[in-house]
Amino acid sequence: MFLELFYGLREEGVPVGIQEWMTFLEALEKGLHGSSLLGFYQLGRACLIKSETYFDAYDRVFARVFRGVEGSLGGELVEKVLDWLRNPKNFPNLTPEQLARLERLSHDELMRRFLETLEKQSERHDGGDKWIGTGGRSPFGHSGQHPTGIRVGGPPRSRSAMKVAEERRFQDYRTDVSLDVRQIRVALRRLRHLTRTGEATELDLDRTVDETCRNAGEIELIFRPPRRNDVRLLLFMDVGGTMDPYFEPVSQLLTALHEERGLRAFEAYYFHNCIYDHVYTRARMWRSDAVPTGDLLRRLDSRWKVLIVGDASMHPAELLEPFGNIDPRRVSATPGLVWLKRIAAYFDRSVWVNPEKPAYWDADTCRIIRKLFPMFYLSVDGLTEAVQCLVGARVATSSTQ
Amino acid sequence: MSRENGFKRFQGTAGYIASPALVDAVNCAIALERPLLIKGEPGTGKTVLARHVAEGLGLKMLSWHIKSTSKAAEGLYVYDTVQRLNDSRFGTGDVSDIRRYIKLGPLGQAFASPERVVLLIDEIDKADLEFPNDLLRELDEMRFTIVETGEEIVARHRPIVIITSNNEKELPDAFLRRCIFYYIEFPDPALMRRIVAVHHPHLDAKLLDQVLIKFYWLREQPELRKKPSTSELIDWIAALVRAGVSLDKVEEHIPFVGALLKKEQDVDALLRYDAAGGRFPKSWAELGPRYHQ
Repeated sequence: MFLELFYGLREEGVPVGIQEWMTFLEALEKGLHGSSLLGFYQLGRACLIKSETYFDAYDRVFARVFRGVEGSLGGELVEKVLDWLRNPKNFPNLTPEQLARLERLSHDELMRRFLETLEKQSERHDGGDKWIGTGGRSPFGHSGQHPTGIRVGGPPRSRSAMKVAEERRFQDYRTDVSLDVRQIRVALRRLRHLTRTGEATELDLDRTVDETCRNAGEIELIFRPPRRNDVRLLLFMDVGGTMDPYFEPVSQLLTALHEERGLRAFEAYYFHNCIYDHVYTRARMWRSDAVPTGDLLRRLDSRWKVLIVGDASMHPAELLEPFGNIDPRRVSATPGLVWLKRIAAYFDRSVWVNPEKPAYWDADTCRIIRKLFPMFYLSVDGLTEAVQCLVGARVATSSTQ
Repeated sequence: MSRENGFKRFQGTAGYIASPALVDAVNCAIALERPLLIKGEPGTGKTVLARHVAEGLGLKMLSWHIKSTSKAAEGLYVYDTVQRLNDSRFGTGDVSDIRRYIKLGPLGQAFASPERVVLLIDEIDKADLEFPNDLLRELDEMRFTIVETGEEIVARHRPIVIITSNNEKELPDAFLRRCIFYYIEFPDPALMRRIVAVHHPHLDAKLLDQVLIKFYWLREQPELRKKPSTSELIDWIAALVRAGVSLDKVEEHIPFVGALLKKEQDVDALLRYDAAGGRFPKSWAELGPRYHQ
C-alpha cells in the first residue's frame, strides 16, 4: 500500500527517484511526521516533490492511496514502529543494489503495519468514517477512480491530511507542458557561442606570470573579459490563421525562449503569413505595435541569429506579388519574397522552423522559402538541428548581397 | 535503537510568522541534514526565513547572495593571486605561505566554523545553469580540498543550509533530489493579519481590514503585470500610517499606490480606473466566495 504512493507518483509523471524515497523513509524513521497523517502528508511532499507544479499530482495520488486511512498515532506506537524496523521484507521490481539499501532499513513492512494501525485506530476511535469516491476522474485506471470524496459521518475537528489532499489547491500550478518546455530549453541551451568580449574583469594568470617575468619581476597584471554567450537572437513568429492549430508547440517554444537567460540579447516580432514592410512587437499585431522591417535590418547587425517560425504555406500571391498582404488594412508595395530575401541575405545565420510535419512541406510557397532558409521541423530534434545550424560550423555562406 | 529525535527544533520566532507546515519542513531538513530549498512568490519571506531559523536556534548565520556571475568555487574559497604577486614584488608579506592568500567563501566558512551555523544560499536560480551541480559533492559530503595547498576542509558540524529560488531557471534534477522542498504559498488574509501585526502592532482594526480588502482585490486583478507582495503591503501600511491617512480615504480609494504597484503601466491603469469613477470593494463579500470569512 505504501509503495503505491511511490509508483502512483511515478505513473503520474512526477520525477521521484529512489533517492527521494530513501530520504522520505529516513525522515519517517526519525519520526518527523509527528504522528499524524497531516504531518505524514506534508513530510512526504517536502521529501518527494521538488516543484510546486507537481503538488496537484501529489494531492491526487495521496488521496487515492490513503483513502480511508485517517486518525492519529498515539505515542505508545513509537516503540512498536521501531520494532518493525528490524523486520526485513522483500521487494519486487528493484535492483539488488536498491534492495540491499531497502533491506537495511526495511521500511515497507514498517509503513504497511504503521498504516494498518492507523486505519484500525481510526476505525476504533472514529466509528469507521470513510471516504466515498464518486469521482472517476483519475487518468489511470488500476485502482479505481479519483476520489473527489464526500465525507459521511461526523466531520473531524482538526484539519486532516485527506482534506488538504482533496482540496487540490495546487491545481493552478500544474503545468503538464512544463516537461516539454524543459526539453525545448535543453535543445536551446546549445544556442551558445562563448566569446571573450566586454569589460576585462578576469585575471589571466598565465599571461600575468609570463608578462611579469618578461618585465623582470615588475608585476604586470593582465586582465581579460570573462567568457560569455555572444548569441543575439531575432525571432520572427507567424501568428493567426493557418498557425492556429500549432498554438501549443509554438507557445511552448516561445515560453522556452523567453525563459532562456543565457542569450546576450533576444527580440521577438510577429507577422501574419509572410513578412512585409512591418513586423509587430506583439502578437495582437495592432498598428501601434508595428515596427518597420527595414529599421530592424538597419539597427541590428548581421551577427544576430534569425529564427523564423511559421508554416510557410500561403497563397503564392502573398509571397510573390506586390500588395500581396492578405490583410487589406496593411498594404505593402514590396512583395514578401523580397523581404525574406533581404533577411536571408543580410544576416549571417538564419533558419526557418516549421511546426507542420515535413511530409507536408510541398506547397509552392514552402518550396520557395526552403531555398532561402534551411527549414527544420518544430520538434526537439528539429530544434537541436536548427540551433546547430545557427551556431555550428558554417554549411554554406550566403552573406553576400 | 533509540529514538533519534534529539536535534534542536525550530519553533518560529516572534518576528516571523511561519505556518506549521513550513516549521515542519525546516525541522525535517535539520534532522535529515539536507539542504532546504524554499520557493515561492517574491515577498513571501524566503530570505528572512534563514535569519529567523538562525535566531530561533541561537546559531550564527552566513549568507551567500548569488549573482549571475557567481561561481560555485567562490563559495568555497578564493585564492588571491594578485595580493600574493604584489606581496612578492614589494616584500610586504610572507609569500611562501600560500595559506595566507586563501580566503574562504561563505560555504567554506560554514564548514570551517567551530560551531554549527545556518548558511543561506540566496536566489540560487540567478547563477548559471550548472552552478547548483557544481555544489553537489560539497553539499553531500560537506568537505572540499583546497587545490593550492592540498588542505582538506571538513565540516565539523553540518551547517543548516537554506536555499531560496525565485524560479527564474529550472534547477538540475540531481540537485533537486538532494533537497527538502518547500513552497511558500501566498498568505491568506488570516495569516496576513498576523504578519501585519508583527510589523504594525498598533494598527486600527478597521483600517487593517480596508487595507487588506484593497490589497487582495488588487492581487485578483488579472491585468496587473506585477502583483503586490507581502513586503509591499507592509511598506504601504507604513506609508499610510505615517501620512495619517484617514479610514474613509482608504475605503474609497487606494492612496500611495506607488508603494504597492511597481510597474508604470499598472499605476497608470489604476489611476485611470479611479479617475473614471471605478469602484473599489469595501467589504470581503465583494471579493467573492474565496474570501468569505
